[in-house]
Amino acid sequence: MDLLYKIFLDPFVQMGSAPDLLLQTLWEGLVGGVLYALIALGFVLIFKASGVFNFAQGIMVVFAALTLVGLFALLTRVGVSNAHLAAFAALGLTVVVMLGLAIAVEKLVLRPLVNQPDIILFMATFGLTYVLIGLGELIFGGEPKVMITNELFLPRGAWDLEIFGGFVTFQHIDIAAAIIASLMVAGLAVFFSKTRIGRALRAVADSHKAALSVGISLEQIWVIVWFASGLVALVTGIMWAARSDVSFALQIIALRALPVLILGGFTSIPGAIVGGLIIGVGEKLGEFYWGPLLGGGIESWLAYFIALVFLLFRPQGLFGEKIIERV
Amino acid sequence: MRAPSSPSEIAAGDVLLAAENISLSFGGVKALTGVSFDIRKGEIRAIIGPNGAGKTSMLNVINGFYQADHGTITFKGVRRGKMRPYEAAEFGIARTFQNVALFRGMSTLDNLMAGRTLKMRRSFFWHILRHGPALQEEVEHRRKVEEIIDFLEIPHIRRVPVGRLPYGLQKRVELGRALAMEPELLLLDEPMAGMNLEEKEDMCRYIIDVNNHFGTTIALIEHDMGVVMDLSDRVVVLDYGRKIADGAPNQVKQDQAVIDAYLGVAH
Ligand SMILES: Nc1ncnc2c1ncn2[C@@H]1O[C@H](COP(=O)(O)OP(=O)(O)OP(=O)(O)O)[C@@H](O)[C@H]1O
Ligand SMILES: [Mg+2]
Repeated sequence: MDLLYKIFLDPFVQMGSAPDLLLQTLWEGLVGGVLYALIALGFVLIFKASGVFNFAQGIMVVFAALTLVGLFALLTRVGVSNAHLAAFAALGLTVVVMLGLAIAVEKLVLRPLVNQPDIILFMATFGLTYVLIGLGELIFGGEPKVMITNELFLPRGAWDLEIFGGFVTFQHIDIAAAIIASLMVAGLAVFFSKTRIGRALRAVADSHKAALSVGISLEQIWVIVWFASGLVALVTGIMWAARSDVSFALQIIALRALPVLILGGFTSIPGAIVGGLIIGVGEKLGEFYWGPLLGGGIESWLAYFIALVFLLFRPQGLFGEKIIERV
Repeated sequence: MRAPSSPSEIAAGDVLLAAENISLSFGGVKALTGVSFDIRKGEIRAIIGPNGAGKTSMLNVINGFYQADHGTITFKGVRRGKMRPYEAAEFGIARTFQNVALFRGMSTLDNLMAGRTLKMRRSFFWHILRHGPALQEEVEHRRKVEEIIDFLEIPHIRRVPVGRLPYGLQKRVELGRALAMEPELLLLDEPMAGMNLEEKEDMCRYIIDVNNHFGTTIALIEHDMGVVMDLSDRVVVLDYGRKIADGAPNQVKQDQAVIDAYLGVAH
């Protein structure tokens, strides 16, 4: 009885009795969720357009962040004295590098393997992961680096707001992350729904052979989606590294995005976003209110648990349509 | 008659496309063996034959989905061994599929707009940098697409995601998407399969109108002999990957090899 009480009632009593703490937990969950959503978005973009599960998505986040910091250091060394100027020049150059990466992946990995089974392409992205790790270490060294937060005008500090008789802390960087992520998602949404390229992307996602028949070039589309998910990776990398630092350990956040994909579906952009937020919030709530009960280590499996419980009730995922096979 | 120096100079009645000695096999299966035939500008050319005869394979070779093992395709006076689907579309070849291939999540309008992809020639970066002109361009293409929607009598489903439409309408949207490409050669793979009588009559009317009013050359695969006899100018008959007859509809109808093929007489 005691255990049941602790699991099913006590946490909610705690939530009710200290709403400020609850609010703080929810906010932190949302902020974490935004980053999960971004990583899942990177996966979904590539999967939708090419059917490739890109294992390298996590390392692309690290690679983008490393390139940004590395280029900044280089620019400073060659005499760009204004730190802000150097930072934004480095940002622009990193975007160019991500475009180069997208083109290289299309030419060297996707094109030679076209028409191969999906599992081969999946394995190829494994290979890509190790190439990027190797390249990153070779060029930038393996030791962790500090994100150039100030130089990019990303805010520091926090607001402590008095709510529900307690204080809730909102880190400025978290607010900035949420705003930037929303802007980027909105930008992508407009791009997909309103432009010719966006329409071509949706067309490819729906039917390769129909897309080919109207003269859409799959190669061009692949470059564009890899570039788009490279940009998403860059933003994710900056935001994530702003609170810790830039290191290869970051790439495991890709594994954190897997439950988001299970929940939201591999082909749904709204699924990635809402799924990311649900997992983020669920994880923080679970850690804070149920964590002590179960001992430590809850954060390594909780996200999967949430996704699986959700699927029990909604097997088609968040936004998926019920699939009824025609027989 | 002078040889066409530039592709657009082919007059009605001249050869628009010539397939020469096309062979194609999948592993041990010979889908096509030494097939030659031509399609003249402005005509409706039927391709018929029993199931598995190689009709769809022939269309797939023409628009670059399959690469022939042997043989060449000459289109508008340019001869090629290999052609990719992207190039075929650029040269003015559009098609529909035996099993409808639409962009199911997109509306009728967007499906047809996707058919305009190659007509929208502005580059990606231009598009991003100068959204204004790009929008202007959308408007022009939109007008063309609306014309086609009116022509096919489908304004009521303009905004419906096509995956939700009944089969007959899906086939019509697919025709619309091919027409949106303003093709010189239109390949139709069983456009009336699975339709009821009324839908079939509508589809026949559209095909004739496209051919008459826009002067579009059409290659048509069809199993319904009545339709073939009514619509086509000339018929090529395939059986087990070989051409067994080629000529005017009523001439082909009386050909003994064709009768045997359809009755399943042993070779
Ligand atoms: N992609 C493929 N892989 C393997 N075999 C194929 C492929 N495409 C066609 N074939 C084979 O080639 C032969 C011709 O097929 P095709 O689809 O061209 O016939 P068809 O005349 O269109 O028949 P139907 O009237 O049934 O549509 C068949 O034996 C078919 O199994
Ligand atoms: Mg067929």
